[in-house]
Amino acid sequence: MSWRAALLSDTPRSRQEAKLGALYRGWLRFRRNRLAVLGLLIVVALVVVAAFAPWIATHDPYAQNLAQRLLPPGSAGHWLGTDEFGRDIFSRLVYGARITLYIVVLVALIAAPIGLLVGTAAGYLGGWVDAALMRLTDVFLAFPSLILALAFVAALGPGIENAVIAIALTSWPPYARIARAETLTIRNSDYIAAARLQGAGTGRILVRHVMPLCVSSLTVRVTLDMAGIILTAAGLGFLGLGAQPPMAEWGAMVSSGRRYILDQWWVATIPGLAIFVVSLAFNLLGDGLRDVLDPRQKT
Amino acid sequence: MISVRDLVVTFGHGRDAVQAVRGVSFEVAEGESFGLVGESGSGKSTVLRALSGLNRSWTGRASIGGLDVAKADRRLPHLAQMVFQDPYASLHPRHTVDRALSEPLEIHGTGDVSARVEAALADVGLGPAFRFRYPNQLSGGQRQRVAIARALMLRPKVLLLDEPTSALDVSVQAEILNLLRRLRAQQRLTMILVSHNLAVVAHMCDRLAVMNRGLVVEEMDVATLRREAPREAYTRQLLLASKGYDRAVAGRMVSFD
Repeated sequence: MSWRAALLSDTPRSRQEAKLGALYRGWLRFRRNRLAVLGLLIVVALVVVAAFAPWIATHDPYAQNLAQRLLPPGSAGHWLGTDEFGRDIFSRLVYGARITLYIVVLVALIAAPIGLLVGTAAGYLGGWVDAALMRLTDVFLAFPSLILALAFVAALGPGIENAVIAIALTSWPPYARIARAETLTIRNSDYIAAARLQGAGTGRILVRHVMPLCVSSLTVRVTLDMAGIILTAAGLGFLGLGAQPPMAEWGAMVSSGRRYILDQWWVATIPGLAIFVVSLAFNLLGDGLRDVLDPRQKT
Repeated sequence: MISVRDLVVTFGHGRDAVQAVRGVSFEVAEGESFGLVGESGSGKSTVLRALSGLNRSWTGRASIGGLDVAKADRRLPHLAQMVFQDPYASLHPRHTVDRALSEPLEIHGTGDVSARVEAALADVGLGPAFRFRYPNQLSGGQRQRVAIARALMLRPKVLLLDEPTSALDVSVQAEILNLLRRLRAQQRLTMILVSHNLAVVAHMCDRLAVMNRGLVVEEMDVATLRREAPREAYTRQLLLASKGYDRAVAGRMVSFD
């Protein structure tokens, strides 16, 4: 039996095989969406570039060379040009991928579990727990996220870690909302009732029965929000509250390039393009994941 | 084995309050199979949900095997389990059959999970090939077999059945009913079967109670049902209605309050 037939088999022989089979069927559905695959490829490329930055970059991203400042793209040795200090823009983009990925992953790892926990607890327990948690969520939702992040960073002090904390603190409420809505639709279902009859406690039901059903819609939403996170991080960097110079953060690079935008357009445009492409890729990926993970479309 | 006294179930509060069950009492002896029949909205499923502990907003007394249901005793899961009406809604869509069946054992820290899961599958007539499938890879009848296996994992003495076959095809209904009869004999189960189908109750039960508008109208044994000799006018009308639609009969139906 080939590995493919084994994965698609109706009679898996272990839990792992069943899980792998379900994953493989998901991948087959995902693969039909060309744009989503393109998005996935770009995201994978971002990860590879970030992981192997020292080998991919042609120059030291922090090495200044004032003799070669503001070279246009296509110059010898600097094929995306140089910035106002003569630093190689390509190398800075490559190292910037690390920072972008760092921010995105960290924000997702902080915000999604908080939202999941708050949302499922509120939805399942109901009553005053629901009221208290949802009013707290409303307080956070009442502010535009960039403004709130600005306030947090202003209080915590500028820097990449504080930017991550600030963005995470402002991005969990929508996840809590989604998780709560999802929980409300399943809390009265018979399989939750069956788990209660078997004697499962509230914690066990939340973690093992409710959360797995919320994770898929949350994954989709987080992936779609990745673009927003990148933009918020870039916005904070642009305002000087995120990554500090000389760190090669894409938003900060756009910010420092804006002084030369009329005569040396590439200094701001190239990191801007990188932000655009990666944001778009996360959006395409999220769309594709929604097609795969939406349980209502599953046959 | 099961005792229900003056059970009153109220939904809603204040002026919106509705009494779905208005004082129901009955006893079920050990090993007996007891039917609860009645039309939609007569409160029969509500009685079952109160008895199982899923619904806690009721008054009166209910006990299973001497344990007070209202007290949510940790031993109750080992004593009584429930099979739900819709097998498409009663299995967790992201849990394999294996996971659904091991969950009750893991909750109570029972060992020997793998062997017991395989045995449970065999008991309900499913081969080991079904063990690692997801519910969406099963038919309605297979799902209901898994749901029955899950209810029996903790080896309960009482099985509460909430219209276990009404969501299934007629041919599959018979298979599930025969399976339940066989399991009842093998494991000496006490059963309460809620159904609106008098034929199913006649096939499965020793005794039954007829409910209307939250009250038990009449209790009788199955022989009386088969002789079509009920005491109450409401039950006679229910029997008539269960024989299929007849314009002349439908015209003479009256509302009982």
